[in-house]
Parts: sequence; structure tokens; C-alpha cells
Amino acid sequence: MTVHCRFFARYAEVAGREALDLDVPRGATVAQAVDALRVMLRAGAQLPARPLVAVNREHAALDRVLVDGDELALLPPLAGG
Amino acid sequence: MTRDPIDIGALIANVSDAGRGATVAFLGSVRRSSDDGPVVAIEYSAYEEMVEAEFGGIVTEARARWPGADVAARHRVGDVPLGAASIAVVAAAPHRGEAFEAARYVIEEAKRRLPVWKRERFAGGTARWREE
Repeated sequence: MTVHCRFFARYAEVAGREALDLDVPRGATVAQAVDALRVMLRAGAQLPARPLVAVNREHAALDRVLVDGDELALLPPLAGG
Repeated sequence: MTRDPIDIGALIANVSDAGRGATVAFLGSVRRSSDDGPVVAIEYSAYEEMVEAEFGGIVTEARARWPGADVAARHRVGDVPLGAASIAVVAAAPHRGEAFEAARYVIEEAKRRLPVWKRERFAGGTARWREE
């Protein structure tokens, strides 16, 4: 299944892009998708193993099970306000 | 969200009502801290679709907690000069207690939940992400 990954701020610089589609096995968790990104991206090791994430525009836990078509966003430490 | 200077008057007008005798307006502005050096601007970026959703949720929560109150909020993105407002929250309620509490709730939740990032730009042309 495909997960639409998005990167923001410093993580977009690390990833060298703002988005990519990632193929993961059915039933994969957010943590497994993050692991795959850290391996797949050239500078992926610079991404934290346990980043803040959002799934479909809501804050989510790393053990959240993904479904086909989900939007997974990796969020650097928030600095709004 | 807005790319333009925040119009606090428009936000106040959004929540004003003859039944609400207390209005609290909060502005968070770009500040220079002592270790920043010659910062000329701060560039805010955001996961804009999620900011809209989170802000909407926070406002809905505040209205539910303080049923007599109404709140409005904006976050600015793009380059924000030193001294200018990056975020504004306005709360109006029948009495000041609820107005202060609702405004405080919205700004604290916004700081905690909004996917917004800032990048400091220095006079020499360099920049760095500020994570705090």
C-alpha cells in the first residue's frame, strides 16, 4: 500500500524534498514507515527515529497503524506562536 | 493563517457582541533574544492545512468550555519583521474571567499543537531553524 509522506521545515531540507510516496506492507505502523524513510533517504539517518508525526492532518502516535492512502507528515519540534 | 500583517481590529470585531462585556486580545510578536545576533526577520512556515484544522479544533474546544465566550485567532506565515505580531488571539465573554481563561487556553494550545516552524534570518544572509 502507498503512504503519502510530507516533510516540513528542517526535515524537508534533510529529505531533499517536501513529499514522496512510500510503499509499505499492509498493516505497517507509523514507526515502521519512519524506519523505511530513514533507510531510503540519502540523509535519512539525520531524521529522528521517533519524530513528532501527523496522520491525515492530526497528531498521531508512532504505533498508529497506517492504511492505504494515508498522509503521513514528519513534524520537526513545533515552534509556532 | 495569513501572509499579511495581522488585523487585530478585525479579530475583535469578529467576536464582539452586546452580550459580551469583556474582550481580551493577545498578540505574540517576534522578539530578539540576546543570543540571536543581528536577526533581520523570522520566516514562519507551516503545514497549513493542518494548522487550519488544529486552530478550528482549538476554537471549538474553547467555545464548548466557555459557552458564553467566542474566540478568534490568526497565525502569520512568511517573513515577519522584528516587533510585528506572528500570532493573535481574541476572546470575548460576558465577564472578564471567562475572557482571560478562554484566551489563555487558545494561545497555550496553539503553542503546543500548531505545526508551525520558524527560521531566523541574519543580516549576513545566513539562516537557521529555531527549535525550542
